[in-house]
Amino acid sequence: MGNMAEAEAPIAPPVAADAPPPPTPARVYRHRLPVRIWHWVNAVTLLILLMSGLMIFNAHPRLYWGDYGANADHAWLAIAAQGDTGYLRIGETRIETTGVLGRWTDGEGVVRKLAFPGWATIPTSYDLASGRRWHLLFAWVLAIGLTLYMLWTALGGHLKKDLHVRRGEWAPRHIWHDIKDHARLRFPRGEAAARYGILQKLSYIAVIFLLLPLMIFTGLAMSPGINAAWPWLVEVFGGRQSARSIHFIAASALVAFFLVHIAMVLLAGPVNELRSMVTGWFRLPPEKDA
Amino acid sequence: MTGGGVILPRRRLLAGAGGLVAAVPLLSACDAINEAPLTRKILSMGEEMHQASQRALMDRDALAREFTRADLSPVFRSNGTNLPAGDAYAAHAARGFADWRVAVTGLVNTPLSLSMADIRSMPQRSQITRHDCVEGWSAIGEWTGVQLSRVLAAAGLRDRARYIVFRCADRIGDALYYESCDLVDALHPQTILAWALNRELLPIANGAPLRLRIERQLGYKHAKYLTGIEAVASLDGIGAGKGGFWEDRVDYEWYAGI
Repeated sequence: MGNMAEAEAPIAPPVAADAPPPPTPARVYRHRLPVRIWHWVNAVTLLILLMSGLMIFNAHPRLYWGDYGANADHAWLAIAAQGDTGYLRIGETRIETTGVLGRWTDGEGVVRKLAFPGWATIPTSYDLASGRRWHLLFAWVLAIGLTLYMLWTALGGHLKKDLHVRRGEWAPRHIWHDIKDHARLRFPRGEAAARYGILQKLSYIAVIFLLLPLMIFTGLAMSPGINAAWPWLVEVFGGRQSARSIHFIAASALVAFFLVHIAMVLLAGPVNELRSMVTGWFRLPPEKDA
Repeated sequence: MTGGGVILPRRRLLAGAGGLVAAVPLLSACDAINEAPLTRKILSMGEEMHQASQRALMDRDALAREFTRADLSPVFRSNGTNLPAGDAYAAHAARGFADWRVAVTGLVNTPLSLSMADIRSMPQRSQITRHDCVEGWSAIGEWTGVQLSRVLAAAGLRDRARYIVFRCADRIGDALYYESCDLVDALHPQTILAWALNRELLPIANGAPLRLRIERQLGYKHAKYLTGIEAVASLDGIGAGKGGFWEDRVDYEWYAGI
């Protein structure tokens, strides 16, 4: 995952020009313990929330805008089956999804006409009550974990030291440079690999401070009890069915982040990246000879 | 959980179809975890935390939002039972529910047997609220009826009463539908026994002649086809003891403010 070094990180001392190359690459202590714990708790929590969320979606695979929305009302997104064809409809665009969405075959070979397939949901066969139980318990894990993590990033210096976007980094040229490097799969080497790049900073900030809070607040906005306690919350999102739609869109954005995140870990060196998120220690990729 | 996946030779797991072969036992293992009694116990902690925090956050009488007639759903969807089976209900419907009675019993000083005329002669409340189904859809409708608190006051709740149980005329499978709530929601100003939807007599699909509106909770709590209201000290011994038809059968949350 990210490259984040502590100021006090024990980077290996520079080596004299005539000395033989160091036997092992320089290591930095990149991820402190709270980062590592939160990362893995979150990985499990978000997976459970996603899969149980897809089960809940299966109970009514239609999305609306506004306060109300049921079968007689216009859905801007729907997953359904017509005859032998499963499809996803967004607006007026219909995409055939037979086998994956709307109509699929389960492990026992039985054809199911549900939105998301059994391998993507908790539990695997239709069970709204269990889906809700998992979702509503792990929502607590996400919310408490995120709150603690936000407090720690703000108070512990992580935010200022590692995620803070410095003035020069906002320059369009700098951002464009980072985009080009990513596109060419050219990852920073040497000491530059110890810090977050601008795209990394922006995506982590977006996930931690925008997407995850948005998931929690749109989730709360769907609760009739919270609606009575905090009537303003559901209004902020434009009504309960809008909150449900935004919840789904933000979840899709998190899935997109996850896919890019995994791709980057694989491309940047999965062993080194994984080890750094387990032990904290990251081996700096050596500078390439000119 | 079966050991089917465990005894597979490693080579087969890694074979081309390995993903699929390995996935099936993995999925059934996940389902076994879901069904384990310990898991269910841990999972139900979520409901308790939500109930405790919601009750701490909201005033006892905090109101669900009330909308205007411009906000009404064009079609108010029904769910669950759309027409209770049986001759008795059909006969009541044919007579316009003229002989329908709602019994108020249990831990009350004066048990009552109310006709629809009795209920309509009490002070009425109308409210345009959003109905949120556990499945995810919502519909806005205008409900008219008597506050449950007035009915309970007329019967006189005894000190030992902690819960109100709602008995229904619709049978699903082997049992009559029922629901329950605690006194916070029973005595809430928007908790009414409704006999009208959108200023017309309640349609049969929506619970004629009388249904519960309990506006800070999900749709399955809003018991339809009401025949009885019973004050009790405990939910033990009623149904399977979890406080509602779906709570007993599929483990829906009893506290459905979530």
